[in-house]
Amino acid sequence: SNPFEVKVNRQKFDILGRKTKNDVGLPGVSRSKAIKKRNQTLLKEYKEREKTNVFRDKRLGEYNPKITPEEKMIRRFALERQQNYGKKNIYNLNEDEELTHYGQSLAEIEKLNDIVDSDSDTEERGALSAELTAAHFGGGGGLLRKKVSSQQQDEEEEKPKSRKELIEEMIAKSKQEKQERQTRRESALELTEKLDKDWKEIQTLIAHKTPKSERKDKEVEKPKPDEYDMIVRELGFEMKAKPSERLKTEEELAKEEQARLQKLEADRLRRMRGIDEEANEKRPSHMSADDLADGFILDKDDRRLLSYKDGKINIENAEEEGEEEEEEQGEEEDNEEDSQEESASEDEGDDAADSHSDLESDLESEEEAAGNKEEKKHKANENESQNVEKLDPEREAAKSELPYTFAVPESYETFKSLLAGRTIEEQLIILERIQKCNHPSLAVGNKAKLEKLFGFLLEYIGELATLDLPELRTIDKLVLPLYNLCQMFPGAASDSIKFILRDAAHDLEEVIEVKGRATFPGLDMLIYLKIVSLLFPTSDFWHPVVTPAFMYMSELLTKCRITTLQDVIKGLFVCCLFLEYVSLSRRFVPELINFLLGVLHISLPKNQAKGYAVVHPFTPVGKNLELLLVCDKEDLKSWEKQNVPLSIVTRLKETSRTEINHTRLSCLALCFDLIKKCAAVYESLPSFHEIMHPVKILLTQHVPVNEYPEKMQEWYHSALKELENKVKHYTPLVCEKKKPVPLKQYTPKIVKVLEFGKKQAGSKKEQERKQLIQRHKRELKGAIREIRKDNQFLARMQLSEIMERDSARKRKVKELLGSLATQEGEWKAMKRKKLQS
Amino acid sequence: QLPTGLYKKVLVILHDSVLPYMNEPTLMMDFLTVAYGIGGAISLLALNGLFILIHQHNLEYPDFYKKLYSLLDPSIYHVKYRARFFHLTDLFLSSSHLPAYLVAAFIKRLARLALTAPPEALLMVIPFICNLFRRHPACRVLLHRPAGPADMAEDPYIMEKEEPSESRALESSLWEIQSLQNHYHPDVAKAAAVLNQSLSEMEDDISGLLDLSAYELFDKEVKKKAVDVPLEFEQVRGLFGKKNDIFAEHFSLD
Repeated sequence: SNPFEVKVNRQKFDILGRKTKNDVGLPGVSRSKAIKKRNQTLLKEYKEREKTNVFRDKRLGEYNPKITPEEKMIRRFALERQQNYGKKNIYNLNEDEELTHYGQSLAEIEKLNDIVDSDSDTEERGALSAELTAAHFGGGGGLLRKKVSSQQQDEEEEKPKSRKELIEEMIAKSKQEKQERQTRRESALELTEKLDKDWKEIQTLIAHKTPKSERKDKEVEKPKPDEYDMIVRELGFEMKAKPSERLKTEEELAKEEQARLQKLEADRLRRMRGIDEEANEKRPSHMSADDLADGFILDKDDRRLLSYKDGKINIENAEEEGEEEEEEQGEEEDNEEDSQEESASEDEGDDAADSHSDLESDLESEEEAAGNKEEKKHKANENESQNVEKLDPEREAAKSELPYTFAVPESYETFKSLLAGRTIEEQLIILERIQKCNHPSLAVGNKAKLEKLFGFLLEYIGELATLDLPELRTIDKLVLPLYNLCQMFPGAASDSIKFILRDAAHDLEEVIEVKGRATFPGLDMLIYLKIVSLLFPTSDFWHPVVTPAFMYMSELLTKCRITTLQDVIKGLFVCCLFLEYVSLSRRFVPELINFLLGVLHISLPKNQAKGYAVVHPFTPVGKNLELLLVCDKEDLKSWEKQNVPLSIVTRLKETSRTEINHTRLSCLALCFDLIKKCAAVYESLPSFHEIMHPVKILLTQHVPVNEYPEKMQEWYHSALKELENKVKHYTPLVCEKKKPVPLKQYTPKIVKVLEFGKKQAGSKKEQERKQLIQRHKRELKGAIREIRKDNQFLARMQLSEIMERDSARKRKVKELLGSLATQEGEWKAMKRKKLQS
Repeated sequence: QLPTGLYKKVLVILHDSVLPYMNEPTLMMDFLTVAYGIGGAISLLALNGLFILIHQHNLEYPDFYKKLYSLLDPSIYHVKYRARFFHLTDLFLSSSHLPAYLVAAFIKRLARLALTAPPEALLMVIPFICNLFRRHPACRVLLHRPAGPADMAEDPYIMEKEEPSESRALESSLWEIQSLQNHYHPDVAKAAAVLNQSLSEMEDDISGLLDLSAYELFDKEVKKKAVDVPLEFEQVRGLFGKKNDIFAEHFSLD
């Protein structure tokens, strides 16, 4: 534009790569722009500064978001009608009076205008028009008249009429015609109205149904909606089968399951090594493979996939059935072992039931259930469906006694009372229903409630285990709901188990401090430790629950004194736990070997310790030796390997001497087996032979093998074989190579430059902070400048106002003075005239 | 001559309540030597007084290290006086003038005994061994023997020899520590894994680790906050329902 308006900001130095936006300015243009803007905003405000009128929107419901637009409209309309209703406005003609013409409503005529035209068109247009024209316009042209005359001639000839008569007659005629037409129209109207009404009735029926094929049925059956109708409707709304959902074959199912398990296993291995714990700390932490991050974990797919068996659809109603089936499958996998075991356990169960006649009924029912299962298994191949039918009524009967919904108990007492006096199955059903009725997706507080339930269940299990006659069978079943709850709430479950562990460890520590030695805890703690291994993966390098459990077990094996046979059994139980915990990870547990060595030691006659050293809590000399020593030859002969019943730890005193001796021998056999298993687990350790050295010495040199019964000798030899057939294999250690330290180099360090003229130092955060500070400063300056300019503008405006006012005042004063002067002048002139005259 | 309990009590307080107030502490020499020769816990306790005599009163004790070496037996990791004993052993072995074979023998023996030690002792003894390696670089062949034979049929170290010089410790390697890298306690495994790399120059401070108790360790583990808890994915079938469950073979639920 105008070169004189351009202002150039001269740069002192030209710098390559720098972008400048302010090198050329147009001060005049920008100033005029600013002034214009101020005129539009600031000036307006200034002028309206003392005007307090406010535009108020009083439309009904305009700012009420709760009302929908339609409703708003309806209300407004109603209000309008209300306001108009009361006042009778004289000018409001349309209100209640109807305008008529010839006794008809004008509105009606307007409505039916077209029909009138069409009628007249078709019927008698020509005639009427001719008559009318003749009447109104005096006959019109002669031509027209002649045409018509033939019709009218007869009348005119009969009785010649005056013109007035003629006209009257015509009027009457037309009136009559009109009336006829009106009646016809009215009847037509009535008919259409009737038709409308009928149509509406039918329409309501038709509107619902879309499929043509069904419409017929509907119309037929509409008057009385019955079952069939409902079913048809339901079928219509039912989801259509989707083509993508294909029935999966067994192979595919198996493959999927395998893939899932492989993934989980890989995950477990990663945690076991514990390598990447530090390396990828930021990596999203482990989640169960199917986790949706909504706190809900489905441990297995509940939905039953549609499957066929023998050409029939396999439908499973009850959850338990599914579980049983699963068990069955599992049994089929290793059916040999299982069936043996099962039969064995059943035998024992029977024995127990016989010997203890005061056993509770729940045990019996359990037996019955087991029997049923067995039966079912046998029959399964023969007739599946029949079996299902047979079992169903029983279940129904059992279930019918229980209510179907349960609230989560708020305290342990209520929980206990809920389960008290119920059989195992009923307890399981109750727990399942509690879980289902209070699923966390159903209500907000349910999660906390169910988390509490886990704690109650744990406590309950502990209590069952501490009874004089521990109800271990019940616990055996109760671990299922426990597992499910744990899968749903891992955090809470781990917390409550940790709490129990901490309490137990604390008690142990207190006892040690007070007495100087500790005793083994009750059966409940052992059960808890076993449950830990069921609920959590024990192979992890570090695990919030398993690692403390390891520590606690280690304390048990090193601190607790062995004074009775129960202590030995408990200690061996803990050894089994240890071995189970490390069975996958093959971690080294020194305490385990020490304890086994000690157990072997106490099975020997006194004063034999040579060539090996036992450690705490066992002593080479002193009391509590020979705990496992059996001298009775007959007992030795009559011994047969049998499983040690766990309840023995609470009630050993009642049993006879022979039984005690048998238990001792069982313990010894267990010890041999554990040694064998340890050898299998630890063979990969580089110093395996050093670890097992004392055990080997004891086995080969001190154990009186020949005195043992044959079965025991088998155990002994298998253990010894496992120990001895390991090759000795030592490779000298070599350190991992050091990473070579890079030499110092002199190439310049290259730093990315983000902005010229800015300091690059400091971290990203610091830089950001600086940038923000600078931007704030710039904005502040700009704002101050703007405010200043505003003030200047206002001052200018005020000044111009004042000047305007002043000038107006001056003008007015001048005018007044002028008029006064002329008045004065006139007056003086008059006076002079008077004087002259 | 004294009963064991009284012996222990006397020896526990001897070094700080008796010896400093005696005009002639050397008079206790015979008592302490006898106590040192008894073996077991009493020997361990006598060490303290003996150390003061050797250190401040120029007692010449023949075969002191041999005796100390023979004191090392599995119980040292389990006894109550563990902290005191290891504190003194650390002192005795801190001299850089000790021959390498002796230190190697000590290292090897401590490591061998560590195979029966509880985790709290292991957490102490592994840094202890690391410190010995730092003080005596000649012993590092135990960790790093690149030119050695590829395969050995037997550990050359002979633990039963009373004399450290005959134990052939320098020809051996520390397989024990390698085994401990598989220990179930994560901290122990980590500590043992340190020996895989070449050691740093700075010595570890073991004074805080000397009287670590099992309960403290447990407490530390329990108080660790876990972000998430991995779960067992194998469906539970019952208390002893796992595959190949050891319990099912030996215990019954009756």
